[in-house]
Formats: sequence, structure tokens, C-alpha cells
Amino acid sequence: MAREAYISGVGQSEVGVRLARSPMGLTKDAIMEALADAGLTIGQIDGVASYPGKSHGYLGFSPVGVDEVIEQFGIKARWHFGGGEIPAQLSAIAIAADAVRNGHARHVICFRTVYEAAAMARPDEFPALRRDTVEGYSQWTAPYFAISAACWVAHTAMRQMKRHGMTREQLAQVALNANRNALLNPRAGNITKKPLTLDEYMAARPITSPFCLYDCDRFSDASTVVIVSAGDALDEVSANPVRIAATAGSVDRWSWDQPDYMASYPTGKELWTKTDYKPKDVDTVQFYDGFAFFPIGWLEALGFCDIGEGHRFIEGGTRIARDGELPLNTGGGQLGAGRLHGFGFAHEAVTQLRGKAGARQIPGDPRVAVATSGGGPLAAALLLARD
Amino acid sequence: MTDTSPPPPRRPRPKLDDDNRAFWTGGAEGKLNMMQCGDCGEFTHPPRQICRHCLSENMAARAVAGTGAIDTFTINYQPWMPGLPVPFVIARVRLDGVPGVVLTTNIVNCDPESVDFDDRVKVTFDEQDGIWFPVFEKVG
Repeated sequence: MAREAYISGVGQSEVGVRLARSPMGLTKDAIMEALADAGLTIGQIDGVASYPGKSHGYLGFSPVGVDEVIEQFGIKARWHFGGGEIPAQLSAIAIAADAVRNGHARHVICFRTVYEAAAMARPDEFPALRRDTVEGYSQWTAPYFAISAACWVAHTAMRQMKRHGMTREQLAQVALNANRNALLNPRAGNITKKPLTLDEYMAARPITSPFCLYDCDRFSDASTVVIVSAGDALDEVSANPVRIAATAGSVDRWSWDQPDYMASYPTGKELWTKTDYKPKDVDTVQFYDGFAFFPIGWLEALGFCDIGEGHRFIEGGTRIARDGELPLNTGGGQLGAGRLHGFGFAHEAVTQLRGKAGARQIPGDPRVAVATSGGGPLAAALLLARD
Repeated sequence: MTDTSPPPPRRPRPKLDDDNRAFWTGGAEGKLNMMQCGDCGEFTHPPRQICRHCLSENMAARAVAGTGAIDTFTINYQPWMPGLPVPFVIARVRLDGVPGVVLTTNIVNCDPESVDFDDRVKVTFDEQDGIWFPVFEKVG
């Protein structure tokens, strides 16, 4: 039997907008909470992983590097990784799982720290990305003022409207569901403060059609940590571990505009080749929602419905509600709980599978969850099981 | 009354290199240049010196018709930079004679609300400091 990898602990800092606490301070808060959750001490940590590593050209995006965490916390690392050229954000956790399965480390801190809201308010300390000259992939979009990924993803969402008849009322269910769930998530209190109605959604300020303000996640300041532990090190862990049953991350073309489909589609198909679990076994899904169309794509990609049917799957919102047949983004996702950039979906999946989600806990005895991150050419999926 | 609004921002400027120079400067001669393989005939975009289909290095920029159709689009309302006039259209254009390639671009010289899928378009160029940005306008 192959060695297994588990998530043994999760932690999260305060999630806020223009927080005064430093990025390393937020990272410390999340690490300490995750260690306490797992019943581990920092001395037992021997690996560190993150996405995308420190982003020197745009510090708010990723202000804390793996090297800095190793040094700050006195970690004697036997294995570490920090980089952006991986399938997507959650691939850092998938890579850590491979590392512990192969004996390179026993307990790996996987973290994602974001500081985009504070950075905008303090540009002297955290300079914004320069826009006057562009190179690499962004030269094919930025010169046309397609500066935000919102514009690129809007192209895909508009195509869904044209080809498959998606309406704004159907798309709205992603944001309305996120809002309802975020109102029950104590960590989302700085991001979502009041209920959102369909009428308010339909009348909201447009950003780039079909997206309105509520279809776009909000810059936030936070750190999220997941500790990945080797199956043969679980005797050191006190919390109820969740097995990383399968991971996937496939991309056919690394481009936001050239391919006809997002990388989530090959990634979703690939995930089910690596496990005996089937979509019908899944109790909850935590899907990347940096823009509201992404979860619709993930539903199709992972086979929860046919391609071109994702918007009809969520129509009315009952199926994806906490008491529905496939609860989606039960913590509010990024639309409701802040742009944690991928790691929040793993955090929420583990919290639900352990029955620790408090007022937003889904009913029954959830045992299997899918967490994903990414859109466009980025895609990573984790199948998590309490088995 | 003085107008204190900021001037419209300049288009972010691509850094020219041997891969992209023909694309970003072809407009000086009224040409939309796309990188084509002299061996397999396929186009590689974004442009590169090595064919992404057959790995041949026999690549050359070739002027294409500059006509096409709107594959998908969005009407952008958000001023992503100070002073950016909105709304405007960001589209993906399928180019005639360049199979498998789309360009992200702007549809100009029309009411944004008039743009639709499959509209026929043709290239025009917006020059700024020696870069000739291919943008498109509706035809017919």
C-alpha cells in the first residue's frame, strides 16, 4: 500500500481589508492556529511549501517567502518549495503531499499570505505592479486595458451565455450563495456585512459584462495555513486528520485567451482517474470563485453536470445551498470571505469534513470533499476524504 | 472651471524582442504580421522563433488579411487605470486565414452596445511611441 498524505491541521489569521498587522504577523497567526489544531509544535515541522513564493514585483500579491518562514520560525527544513509555475495555488499542497508520501518530510506547513488591500493603501512599502511596460503573457492583454483577469474570464462567461444560454440570474446564484454562507462565517465578518438580494445583484455596478461588482472577489489581507503530514507520522497528531485522496493539475495550453476551454476541464477529468471515489460520493465542493463564473466551470469539469449545464445546475440556488445536494463554498468562498487566493477552499473543506464549521456546518456526516483553485490556464483539484 | 480629470492613460507598452517585434511594429506598413512556420505552415501565437507545432526554426512573420470575426467579447465598465474612458469593448477576434489563433484586442469606432458575437471586423492600428497596436473595427 502506497504511503498516504493527510491534512493534520488548518489555521487562518484575521481576514481583513487594510489590516495594520504585518504580513509575517498574519502568517504567524495562521501557523500558530494550525499547529495548535494539529497538536504539533514548530519543532516537529520539517517542511514548508507555498504558492507562488515571494512576489518581489508586486509585494501585496505574495509578501512572505518560504525562505523567510523557515528563518523566522527556526524551522529545520528537510524539504521546501515555493514557486508559481505549478498548476495553481493548491498545487503547493499537492506537491507537499507527494513530498510526505515519498519520505522527504513528515509535517509540512503550506501557507498562502495575501496583502493586496493593505498594499494598495501603503504603496510606498508595497509597490503596485508597474503597468507602463509589459512583457511575457501580459503583453497580449494589458495593452488593450484588459488588465484584470475579470476581463479575460468575462470572455469565457460571455461564451457560456452565447453557446449555452446562461443568464445573469443563474450566474447570480454563485454570489448569493457566497453571501449567505459568509454571513455565518466569523472569519468573513470584515468582508461580508449584510445580506445580498437578487435585486441588489441585478442593479449592481457593472465591472465587465457579464460581471458586476458582486461577481469579483475583494482584495484582502490574510494568511491561511494547511499542515500536510505523512501517514506514518499521524501518531504525533491530535486532530482528526483528513486524507488527501487524490490531486490533479492539468493544462493543455498555458494561455488565458488562445484555448477554447479552461484548464479546469482536463484537471477535473484527471482527478477521477486517480481515485475510486466518484462525483456522487462527494458531500461538499469548495470551488475557486475569484470570479463568479469559475465554480460553474468546475461543476462541469468535475462531472457534477454535463458541459454547458453548470448554470442550470445552480439555478435557484437550492442545490448548492448548505442543505442542498451539493453544498458549494460553505464558508463564503472568496466572493464572500475574501481573496485568500486558493488556500481558503482547502481550509473550508477540512473544517466541514471534521464537523467544525459551527453555524455554517453542513448536515449529515460529510466524508468527501473537493477543493479547487484556479481559472483560465490555472487549475488544481484536491480530493479530500475522512475515511 | 478647469478640468482636473487625469488625461487618458497610455496603453501599456510591450517590451520589444525578436519574437514580438514584427507583430507590434507591422502597423507602420499597415500590416498585421503573424508568425508562421515555413515547414508545416502553422501559425504560432504568441509569436516565437520555434514552431510550437513541429519545432521547426524556419519561422517568419507573414502579413495576414487582417479581417476576422468576434469570437467572444466583454463590455468593460471599470476604469482599471486613472482616467481610462469607459465603457469600451475587449474582444477575442478569430483571424481569417490564421486557424487556431485569436487576438485579445479592442473593438473601436462603434457603440459598445452594438458589438455582438460573430460580427465581422477588420484591423486598424493605434500608434503610440513606435508601437502599432492592432485594434479592430466593425465592417459591413
